[in-house]
This record gives sequence, structure tokens and C-alpha cells, in this order.
Amino acid sequence: MELSGKNHFELFGLPVQFDIDLRSIGDRYLDLQRATHPDQFVAGTDQEQHLAVQQAAQVNDAYQTLKSPLKRAQYLLELNGTPLDDTDTQMDMMFLMQQMEMREALANVPDAEDPFSALDRIRGELKSDLDKITQAAAEQLSGDGDISSARESVKKMQFLFKVQQELDEMEQSLAEQL
Amino acid sequence: MAYSEKVMDHYENPRNVGTFDNDDDSVGTGMVGAPACGDVMRLQIKVSDDGVIEDACFKTYGCGSAIASSSLVTEWVKGKTLDEAAELKNSEIAEELALPPVKIHCSVLAEDAIKAAVTDLKNKRGE
Repeated sequence: MELSGKNHFELFGLPVQFDIDLRSIGDRYLDLQRATHPDQFVAGTDQEQHLAVQQAAQVNDAYQTLKSPLKRAQYLLELNGTPLDDTDTQMDMMFLMQQMEMREALANVPDAEDPFSALDRIRGELKSDLDKITQAAAEQLSGDGDISSARESVKKMQFLFKVQQELDEMEQSLAEQL
Repeated sequence: MAYSEKVMDHYENPRNVGTFDNDDDSVGTGMVGAPACGDVMRLQIKVSDDGVIEDACFKTYGCGSAIASSSLVTEWVKGKTLDEAAELKNSEIAEELALPPVKIHCSVLAEDAIKAAVTDLKNKRGE
């Protein structure tokens, strides 16, 4: 199978855009995994085996990128030749202040009277923020979208995903204390 | 990842964690974020009429290196003039804390935060 030179979307037979059918990539992933699995090439030459390992890695990488909204958005910026610059620390002040408040609220959860309902409140707020910003990013990343706004949106997504990760960790540690 | 002793020290005993009243004319606030890891940092300075930083505080939500970088900066800038503080380089922070290459961006964040705080105060004073 010829995979080299294809971007992650092409590999999965998808149009290069943010909105994709997540169910179809699961099926396509299984097909690709089977086709590139190194076990298929045990009888092959060294070169064939080496290629299979590389292709299997490429398939995995593509799948992990496509199924995550954040990674998919970052990848689209990369394909566009405008990847995020990690050293750019200036951002929408209002957004950073909200982030600070959200982190503060999260840090105070263990001291709350009912930590789990406090956690649920933050989760609700986070989900609504994330839905809004993801939808905005999807539009800005589309063909006639505005790339500089898209970059700002994807940056915000990174912060919100970080909160989500911390929220999940907090929930787990609270559950372990029960 | 193993943190250096100095990072651990600032992480376990962060200096000057807190908040100043942003409505106070002698207070400058720098708020920055690290897109790579989603860290948020707020650094504040209290400045005398003749432009000397009398006090500094910070609040950082992020990894140990980000907390240590901001903690260190609040110690360093006390007693400095605004212009001296704005000249602080991230490489000095990274060197002092022995940050590994993957954590250099934490020192950049702290440098940008102090610069933003100085700019904020200068804007407030119409400079």
C-alpha cells in the first residue's frame, strides 16, 4: 500500500476540514491497521518489514490526530503553513482572566461542602465554553475562514483542554478518597 | 521528569503568592498564558512614585517550572526600577533554575509576565 506523501486526512479518505465523521474514521482505522500490520510481512524482505513498521506508525499517528478535536485543529493550522507559535504568550486578556478564575474555582473544589457538585458546575461551564470555541474554530478553519482568528481559537482550546484534564484528575482523586 | 533542587525549592515554598488590588494606581498587572501547555500566570508589581518596585506577587496555574520561574521573578524584581525589571531575560531565569530545554518556555512566560506588568503600570501612569 502506498501511504507516503499523504496527509492524515487523505490517508483516511477524508476532506481536509475540521468537521469529520468520527465513526467512519474508527472503521477506516481498523482497515488500515490490518493492511499495515507488521505481522503481515513476517515472510517479507527486511525492507518490506521496515516499511510496514513505518506505515503502522503513520496510521496510528494519523488516527490519534484526527480523533482529537484539539490535535485535528492544530494539524489543520500546520497544513495551512500557520502552525501555532508556542512562544507567543500574549492573549485575549478577558479570556486569561476567566481561565484564572476557572483554575481558582477548581483548586477550591476539595474544600467545598459538596466537592462533586462544585466539580459538576465547573464541568458544565467548561463544556459550554469548549463547545462555543470549538464551533468557532471549525468555521474559522474552513476554506473561507479567517486563519488569524482560527489561531486564537485553537490557542483557547488548548487552555480549555488543559482545564478538562485537570478536572478529570481532580475527580479521580476525589473518588479515591471516598 | 526530575526537577532541579532550585525548582523544587520554589515549587514547595513559593515566594510571594498572592494578589494586589488592580485598581490601585501603584499596581501593575501582567497576565500571560503558555499556549503549549495551557499554563496561566499573573504577575503583579507595586511601584513607588519614583519608579522603584517595592513589592511583587504572583499566581500561576501550571507545572513546577512555571511556578518556580514566576516565584523567582517576584524575588528578583523587588528593589529594581521599572526599566531594570523590563530588561530581565528568560535565559537568566532558566540558568538560575537549571531548566531543561523542554521547560525553557516556562521562563519565557515569566519574562513576558514581568514585561506585561511593567507595561501595564506605565500605561496607567500615562508614560
